[in-house]
Amino acid sequence: MSNNVHRYLPHTEEDIRKMLEVIGVKSLDDLYSEIPAELKLSHPLNLPKAKSEIEIRKVFNQLAKENKPLICFAGFGAYDHFTPSIIPYITSRSEFSTSYTPYQAEISQGTLMYVFEYQTMMTRLTGLDVSNASMYDGSTATAEAMMMCQAAAKKRNRVLASETLLPQVKEVLRTYAKFHGVDLVFVPEENGVTNRNVLTELLGNGDVAGVIMPQPNCYGIVEDLSGIADECHAQKSLLVLSGPASPLGVLKTPAEWGADIACGDAQSLGIPLSFGGPYIGYLCATSSLIRKMPGRIVGQTEDVEGHRTFVLTMQAREQHIRREKATSNICTAQGMMCLYVAAYLSLMGTEGLNKVNELSAAGAHYLHDALVETGRFADPFQKTFLNEFCLEYKGADLDALQKHCAEAGYLCGVKVSENRVVFAVTEQRSKEEIDEFVELVKNFG
Amino acid sequence: MNKVFYGKLIFECSSTGRRGYDLPENTFGKSLNDFIPATLQRQATLVLPEADEQTVARHYTNMSNNNFGVDTGFYPLGSCTMKYNPKINEEVAAHPAFTALHPAQPAETVQGALHLYDEVQRTLAEIAGMSAFTLNPYAGAHGELTGLMVIRSYHMSRGDEKRTKIIVPDSAHGTNPASAAVCGLQIVEVKSTPEGTIDVEALKPLLNDEVAGMMMTNPNTLGIFETKIPEIARLVHECGGLMYYDGANLNPMLGVCRPGDMGFDVMHINLHKTFSTPHGGGGPGSGPVGVRKGLEQFLPNPRVRKNDDGTYGVSSEPTALGSVSSFLGNYGIIIRAYAYLLSIGGDILPMVGKLSVLNANYVKEILKEYYQLPIDGLCKHEFVFDGLRPEFGGDHHDESHVTTLDVAKRILDYGFHAPTIYFPLLFHEALMIEPTETESKDTLDSFIEVLKNIAIEARDERDKVKNAPLTTPVRRNDDVKAVKDAIFVYNA
Repeated sequence: MSNNVHRYLPHTEEDIRKMLEVIGVKSLDDLYSEIPAELKLSHPLNLPKAKSEIEIRKVFNQLAKENKPLICFAGFGAYDHFTPSIIPYITSRSEFSTSYTPYQAEISQGTLMYVFEYQTMMTRLTGLDVSNASMYDGSTATAEAMMMCQAAAKKRNRVLASETLLPQVKEVLRTYAKFHGVDLVFVPEENGVTNRNVLTELLGNGDVAGVIMPQPNCYGIVEDLSGIADECHAQKSLLVLSGPASPLGVLKTPAEWGADIACGDAQSLGIPLSFGGPYIGYLCATSSLIRKMPGRIVGQTEDVEGHRTFVLTMQAREQHIRREKATSNICTAQGMMCLYVAAYLSLMGTEGLNKVNELSAAGAHYLHDALVETGRFADPFQKTFLNEFCLEYKGADLDALQKHCAEAGYLCGVKVSENRVVFAVTEQRSKEEIDEFVELVKNFG
Repeated sequence: MNKVFYGKLIFECSSTGRRGYDLPENTFGKSLNDFIPATLQRQATLVLPEADEQTVARHYTNMSNNNFGVDTGFYPLGSCTMKYNPKINEEVAAHPAFTALHPAQPAETVQGALHLYDEVQRTLAEIAGMSAFTLNPYAGAHGELTGLMVIRSYHMSRGDEKRTKIIVPDSAHGTNPASAAVCGLQIVEVKSTPEGTIDVEALKPLLNDEVAGMMMTNPNTLGIFETKIPEIARLVHECGGLMYYDGANLNPMLGVCRPGDMGFDVMHINLHKTFSTPHGGGGPGSGPVGVRKGLEQFLPNPRVRKNDDGTYGVSSEPTALGSVSSFLGNYGIIIRAYAYLLSIGGDILPMVGKLSVLNANYVKEILKEYYQLPIDGLCKHEFVFDGLRPEFGGDHHDESHVTTLDVAKRILDYGFHAPTIYFPLLFHEALMIEPTETESKDTLDSFIEVLKNIAIEARDERDKVKNAPLTTPVRRNDDVKAVKDAIFVYNA
């Protein structure tokens, strides 16, 4: 490539000459004449030269060869659910993908409408009144929920969070709490679930703004949350439930548990694993909390001709109006990922989501029982789970087993301690794949 | 774009009994009731759409036809750098050897993915003049927050606990003060001079041993380069603070000037602005954070590292500020940015910056006869008009004057996206234009003609502009009704 002509740059030399003339400068470099010379780069950047598409494909083919996708028996916040073929087709329509935040509603009804659909679907899944237009991921959505609790309580800084939340969620909570001035206290775990006695005791101090509980928890256990909402509300504390979105289709909903806020990752609703992102955080709440919500919200209105239309609304909460007094610094809505979720739930419907959960649970229980039957694993908790569960390895070296499985093409769960591992199964795993995996474990060593 | 409004929601395309999926048969012989006691199951009926696959395909296709993207037309949204989004980026990001990777896979099985992450970290460091980057932050505002956490971690590590103030210019993006507030910092605003740059004399008395640092973008939100940056950086450093660079306006600096060489210590880059990844209707973006030498240890976990033997690994450091993401950021976006970085290369990169500046100045020079240019002189990648000139209906004292909102809406009628409006807050009628380097002179000339026409209409046929848009799928919306009615979900 030469003469600074490039496929992404439409300027001819003649164009540049004419434009410089209008501006009244002699060269492109003169456009930077006000900048002190000592601030300008005096040497070319140490980077490779521009590549053609042919060369770029080769680079990526080589990188792809250095990766090895595995048959997935892991979850832990990222689930290998099925993405229907039309979803990437729809989301790659560039009218959607190359647009930005729908500031000009008259030419952005497409974006505004799918976000409105997404908000509606998330409120139906959680049972709560309102949803925002999404957050970055499950961890940051939970951190925003924590800050919402503090903001809603005004004079209380303490938020309780269960130790049975996913470790990555806990780590992000810790980080945000440290800088934002939240007194974050973790409620210990007992036999794989939250220690309710400690929770009751801590709540009893009367200084708690919110309680964050997982559902299901990091071991895949569906915790019995009976009575927690009443305990919270009696102490004027909010209850937040954090968990993956797909199980909301079949498990007792956050609203049914009495939660004020529901949040977590909605990656499990049709979004590919993609090595951890982009995903999407959901955040729903009761209507009394709407003015404390972070992020964008789409609302219904009318245009001057009386069409039902949609606009960004409730913006008096947001950073571009309120600056440092905003409810949050978030200006992203994960637009593309909202569209993934809306299209996914449109295709699957209630029945499809049920079947996804049923197949995943059936596969997970089948794997659970088969692994225990090998004699190499034991279930330390023996509690209710959906499609994810924790087992204790009875062998000496869990790392060696996981390595062995990876070499054979299987992702053998996620290691959570010296000898414990959390497995997950989705509808994508056939009985044959599970049998083969169990065989591999059985014959190891 | 289809100018006929489609207007239906998926709930209105639904018919009981239709379905849009097929799943394998349940061969395990057990159902949910065998695993989950009724007390833990959902009681409320879930109502979701019921639609066949083609209905869903058509619904979203029709909806997309009422949407305007960079591929539809010119999108001069100031401060957003709406450049062309190359398609090779999409092709490589869709490779199953990336999309099928679970974030918990052992490092040996994701060497290509980690290699790419590390290459992007290093490339950004070279472009920005920084020592190291993390790619974990998910967006620009998330990058700001992470960068401010780095600054606070630095002071805390020195036992300097009282530095809780951050200096932010009055022209800054709203996310700057908002991110600082989330990070637990108190905002101290510094004024701009009439020339639109930071008032150094006003800055001096604000500097003391409670200042954690200062946030700036350079060029600033008016598109003006802050030539006093070496002095500003020196003053802030002398008082013990660190300099934060908001990378929102990095595009014109590419290959010409580096934030690291201007004296900045911490910064973020918006991959969705400067490095061509699609804006996606508002996200997902990516906001990598870079630091100068001596601050690397504070970058968030998890970190991607190149080992001595040439392999790549993921680690967690005890000195890190903590974690700001579940995994390694918006990985799929990072892939796209890498494809762009390879496409542009070190040799073409300076042209990206220079042509973005050429385009902005060209539009500004011609249109300043019609629109009020509050601050004359060379701009960088963008500039701000303060509405129409008085002789073109823009006289602020006239109550029925044509506003920036009117102009923006009229632009839509001519097939372009509107510029950013009412930002920055320094002017009443701000109209902020950023053409980017990927627009041709032909496109700019058409846009200039349209803005001239609108100025003449504003003078001669005011109602036409006041009632705009007239030809879009829907007309002006009632924003007040949206707040009053508070309808955020569909109810049949």
